[in-house]
Amino acid sequence: MSKYTEEDLKKELENQEYEYGFYSDLNAETFPKGLNEEVIIAISKKKNEPQWMTEWRLDAYRIWKNMEEPDWANVNYPKPDFQAISYYSAPKPKKQLDSLDEVDDELLKMYEKLGISINEQKRLAGVAMDIVVDSVSVATTFKKTLAEKGILFMPISEAIQKHPDLVKKYLGTIVPKTDNFYAALNSAVFTDGSFCYIPKGVKCPMELSTYFRINEGGTGQFERTLLIADKGSYVSYLEGCTAPQRDENQLHAAVVELIALDDAEIKYSTVQNWYPGDKNGKGGVFNFVTKRGLCETNAKISWTQVETGSAVTWKYPSCILKGDNSVGEFYSIAVTNNYQQADTGTKMIHLGKNTKSTIISKGVSAGKSQNSYRGLVQVHNKAENARNFSQCDSLLMGDKCGAHTFPYIECKNNTAQIEHEATTSKIGEDQIFYCNQRGIDTDKAIALIVNGFSKEVLNKLPMEFAVEARKLLEISLEGSVG
Amino acid sequence: MSKPILEVKDLHAGIENNEILKGINLTIKPGEVHAIMGPNGSGKSTLSSVIAGNETYDVIKGDILFEGESILDLSPEERAHKGIFMSFQYPVEIPGVTTTNFIKAAINAKRKSQGLEDLPAKDMLKMIKEKSELLEMDRKFLSRSLNQGFSGGEKKRNEIFQMAMLEPKLAILDETDSGLDIDALKIVANGVNKLKNKDNAVLVITHYQRLLDYIVPDFVHVLHNGKIIKSGGKELAHELEEKGYDWLK
Repeated sequence: MSKYTEEDLKKELENQEYEYGFYSDLNAETFPKGLNEEVIIAISKKKNEPQWMTEWRLDAYRIWKNMEEPDWANVNYPKPDFQAISYYSAPKPKKQLDSLDEVDDELLKMYEKLGISINEQKRLAGVAMDIVVDSVSVATTFKKTLAEKGILFMPISEAIQKHPDLVKKYLGTIVPKTDNFYAALNSAVFTDGSFCYIPKGVKCPMELSTYFRINEGGTGQFERTLLIADKGSYVSYLEGCTAPQRDENQLHAAVVELIALDDAEIKYSTVQNWYPGDKNGKGGVFNFVTKRGLCETNAKISWTQVETGSAVTWKYPSCILKGDNSVGEFYSIAVTNNYQQADTGTKMIHLGKNTKSTIISKGVSAGKSQNSYRGLVQVHNKAENARNFSQCDSLLMGDKCGAHTFPYIECKNNTAQIEHEATTSKIGEDQIFYCNQRGIDTDKAIALIVNGFSKEVLNKLPMEFAVEARKLLEISLEGSVG
Repeated sequence: MSKPILEVKDLHAGIENNEILKGINLTIKPGEVHAIMGPNGSGKSTLSSVIAGNETYDVIKGDILFEGESILDLSPEERAHKGIFMSFQYPVEIPGVTTTNFIKAAINAKRKSQGLEDLPAKDMLKMIKEKSELLEMDRKFLSRSLNQGFSGGEKKRNEIFQMAMLEPKLAILDETDSGLDIDALKIVANGVNKLKNKDNAVLVITHYQRLLDYIVPDFVHVLHNGKIIKSGGKELAHELEEKGYDWLK
């Protein structure tokens, strides 16, 4: 990540428009709009997929066709016309890329604007990048270091060809094709995403990181991530998103599946900064994501997310605590401003004995936005001594936004201990004036207060990510008071 | 004669149509300690808020000069950068933000306004050490969330600590004695006295005389119904203590 200075911060504070709202003209190849079996077969062919994968997609498509778009979330938006979307867009591959010299100049410029130039990333030991632009991975680094440990980290399309057994064994097992409308759609049309496998007993020596970008106007992005941590292994995975400014709405429906086998641990951190729409609520990304992980015996999955972007967010990173003594964690900050709407939370499904889950959710609402926490804690009858602690805090700015909490608890075992705490507070004029009197301007004061409010979650992020997250919180809320 | 730090000239101010200050005149020079005394509702806290730039209040007429220049068009943070500090009667709590982080943000905001780089961490630490030793304060509170769960005395001491760190030219102590027992009062007053020098000035706003036993004023002004009705030396404070405010009305 680029070094963060006061000067950078100042520049960003002066820039009221969306930070990453630029558009790179890559020599893209885009499918005509619309979805049918032919398009799916064409996508599969484009990716050189084996027959079983094509069949898998077609099956998902047939399931999706008979499903209806869900409307239970606390969000309102015009339903996307799924026939008006192009389901494939890729920078034209010139040839196999071995070094940065071969990467499109435009693309490199874009990375620079994002402050994540690959050169810098390469120097920054400890972070391996699998960069996704639109739907195709164009550069993968640190592959060798990872290969020495036997770690597989590659675009999922590559994994389908090189490691079909692993993909076949796990794809769709955590989020089945039938799971929900968007997951079914994703299963039918996903064009890229990451695949990661950590072998038995291996501790991944670096944070694995992927940047997702939406680039072509009017294209949807359907990423698919599959991460398998074999017995006794450990991995920390970072996912960050930025998107260029667009007038029409863009649909993003990703699926992430995590599998933590016995004694394995997965830390999955996300900073989500899709284009939220302008201050009048025009444009912005629709973000309908299904993220779920499975924990076997003694395994642990920890989700940390900072959600500042998207016009509409619908996202519930969840844990299935199948194995005894397994642990699930969810740490979330969701910030909404202007006309943004977020309905986000988690599901903790306790199946095994002595399973534990922790939920810390921080919602910050400003402008005319609506911010909802929706969470389910489910304890099954065989889950002896299950424990859950949930804390949901909301912070409001002004009097035109909303904060909502929908906690669901279903408990079928009377040995369970479930705690839920919730608070709602408002940034007061007296707090702002106090900061002003000490010489701290209002935008900076809000950033300070929001950072303090979100501290427990920010502290869970890897350090460089935390710096970026703090910056994002500040940019997202600037000018929201006074 | 040195140039005044603060000049308040025929200041009328209030909230919406309700005039609270009705023509205040006050001049404070470097090295001076002024006390504004008065019964509840006389406009004491309004005066301190208006000087600090609280936008809840409207200035109707008159002017406030700081080192010879009008500050009426300046934001509260710009006034702070010039060297105005107010110790709040009710300091706010900011959960999750440590006192250290808060003071760091304040100091660096001021430095930025002066075109300076952020204060290096080691200099900041050194300064924190010096000031907390000067004020005989336990540094443990610095790592706690700002004012959260602090006792009344701790909150006021924290205000004085921030004052020490920011080194203002004019410190306004708004009812700093309220809610303090005598021991805490002595500690706070002692801190203020240590920070006082020939180049800065202190404006003490108080209802009671007892704080003035420890922070001895050069001038005492009695505020009543939005006007200064009597000014005098420190003996005026004792007179008020004996006779109350009624004899002046």
